[in-house]
Amino acid sequence: MVLIYVDQADGHIKKSGLEALTYGAALAIQMGVPAEAILLGTTTENLALLGSYGISKVHHAGSESLNTMDAQVYAKVISEAATKTGATVIIFSHNPTGKAVSSRVSAALKAGLVAGAVALPDTSNGFSVKKSVFSGKAFAHIAIQSGVKVISINPNSFYIKADAAGTATVETFVPTAQNAKITVTAVNKVTGEVPLTEAEIVVSGGRGLKGPENWGIVEDLAKVLHAATACSRPVADAHWRPHHEHVGQTGFQVAPNLYFAIGISGAIQHLAGVNRSKTIVVINKDAEAPFFKAADYGIVGDAFEVVPKLTAAIKQLKGIN
Amino acid sequence: MKILVCISKTPDTTSRIAFKDNNTGFDDAGVQWIINPYDEWYALVRAIELKEKDPTAVLHLITVGGADTEPIIRKALALGGDEAIRVNSSADDSFNISSQIATIARSGAYDLIFTGKETIDYNASSVGGMVAELLDMPFVSLATKFDLVGNTATISREIEGGEEVCEVSLPVVVSCQKGVAEQRIPNMRGIMASRTKPLKVVEPIAVDNLTAVVSYELPPAKSGVKLIDADNVAELVRLLNEEAKAI
Ligand SMILES: Cc1cc2nc3c(=O)[nH]c(=O)nc-3n(C[C@H](O)[C@H](O)[C@H](O)COP(=O)(O)OP(=O)(O)OC[C@H]3O[C@@H](n4cnc5c(N)ncnc54)[C@H](O)[C@@H]3O)c2cc1C
Ligand SMILES: Nc1ncnc2c1ncn2[C@@H]1O[C@H](COP(=O)(O)O)[C@@H](O)[C@H]1O
Repeated sequence: MVLIYVDQADGHIKKSGLEALTYGAALAIQMGVPAEAILLGTTTENLALLGSYGISKVHHAGSESLNTMDAQVYAKVISEAATKTGATVIIFSHNPTGKAVSSRVSAALKAGLVAGAVALPDTSNGFSVKKSVFSGKAFAHIAIQSGVKVISINPNSFYIKADAAGTATVETFVPTAQNAKITVTAVNKVTGEVPLTEAEIVVSGGRGLKGPENWGIVEDLAKVLHAATACSRPVADAHWRPHHEHVGQTGFQVAPNLYFAIGISGAIQHLAGVNRSKTIVVINKDAEAPFFKAADYGIVGDAFEVVPKLTAAIKQLKGIN
Repeated sequence: MKILVCISKTPDTTSRIAFKDNNTGFDDAGVQWIINPYDEWYALVRAIELKEKDPTAVLHLITVGGADTEPIIRKALALGGDEAIRVNSSADDSFNISSQIATIARSGAYDLIFTGKETIDYNASSVGGMVAELLDMPFVSLATKFDLVGNTATISREIEGGEEVCEVSLPVVVSCQKGVAEQRIPNMRGIMASRTKPLKVVEPIAVDNLTAVVSYELPPAKSGVKLIDADNVAELVRLLNEEAKAI
């Protein structure tokens, strides 16, 4: 059986959780085994409807104490469920929760882990999984040699597929009581903006924008596209933009459908965080900027002239005035 | 207080990535090796700051790797730390690496174990969680801020779409990223001192690898950029809409 951990926050299942479900269900079909899900904490979702992603059962450990993510507790609950249900493959998203918990589950069950998978496993000869390595500059095929296997999948690598007809049975899972050692005292979510790591479209600005006062053009473009905003490292280091917008090798790694790089030169460390984007658009006044080599579309021009025109043209396309 | 910082070796961030032996091995010809930036800039520097505040603290560094990792761990010692431990084992499976670290950590009874957020070559973000699990310690991952008062750590950590502040009593394993500290440059005194600091070499315990690399591949080259005239942004919008189907 393939057991999928479905991540949620504030009672709502995350996009990354649905990606994990889609992946796990496809893997189960490939292996000819059932797919089941496990969800921790209280939720407002109708869990039976998760059947539409191709799973037959949802194990719900719905205790309020599980609303806080304590990796130690989460790993114990998921490992226990995996053992009880006889899971042979356990799927996570490679998101913050998945990174902390999949590694612990792997060690607890001595189940080999591939973290950051970008494709379904190859089960034709053993069990190997393609993952992104060298910060997006290459891929590796990793064989998992243990009986039980753990995979965490890169966000935005799989399209969510649902078939409205399916329903799942929902079973309450009561784990052995655990004492959380971590207390969460504050949650600071970026409000009113699209979270960077969840965004389909990202509009990113670099030092070419000259100063924080010029970010209006980036924000306007992001707004019409319902996109998240991001920036290069020197921009965050100079406090022109908050640190949570810094993408690249030492910042966030993103893989949206569409990435706009405005006034960013395209240094290799920047590319490492964005080169898994499906389509890359570069706007730079220097035709020699290295970013053009990694781009799908480019405009050589002054961002201060091009970007407002672009925003206006997109508004026109979308019928916004 | 005893602190252990996990140090790994990675190719320099500008390295050309190429493979050899029919794409089964990383081609390190001409590659310069560095301390993994997350380990150096954030985990190690924060640990050094904690020791500067509490001179009774003991700071040890650990690396799992062959003799070729020694220059890296010496470089780390030049930034700070009392001594280093190298577990003499090839680092090619996260569970094996973690088992080696956990064995040393258990016998050393550390209160605080820092790792980097991830290695920039393998990008697993796994070793910290595995070490914590093997030691049955709490794990706070992707920390962006770390403060310690007495026995209580207050840590900000990344969550999807924001940050969360949490509290935990020592002992704890923490994986560190940007925000936890500011990069430091080693000074001459540190470099001189590092030469005489103890670097213990320990033989590994027997652990079965759970994973193995089968092969590597490079992403397909981009087919080349389509340049659009700056006076014709409408054409870009059309292409993004009709060709890339991205908007
Ligand atoms: C170990 C290490 C890790 C690093 N990690 C990261 C990382 O995670 N993320 C990251 O981003 N960087 C990282 N860097 C830094 C990286 O090497 C570059 O220095 C950085 O990405 C450059 O940022 P930039 O493109 O915004 O600025 P610049 O390199 O200064 O480029 C500015 C660009 O704007 C263009 N421009 C100027 N004016 C205009 C205009 N009016 N209109 C249009 N274009 C204009 C210029 O032609 C130029 O190409 C790292 C470096 C190291 C050594
Ligand atoms: N061979 C190693 N020796 C010591 N620490 C390591 C080693 N590999 C990884 N680590 C630590 O674990 C962190 C996460 O690595 P990874 O799970 O490979 O992404 C790194 O930032 C290091 O702090």
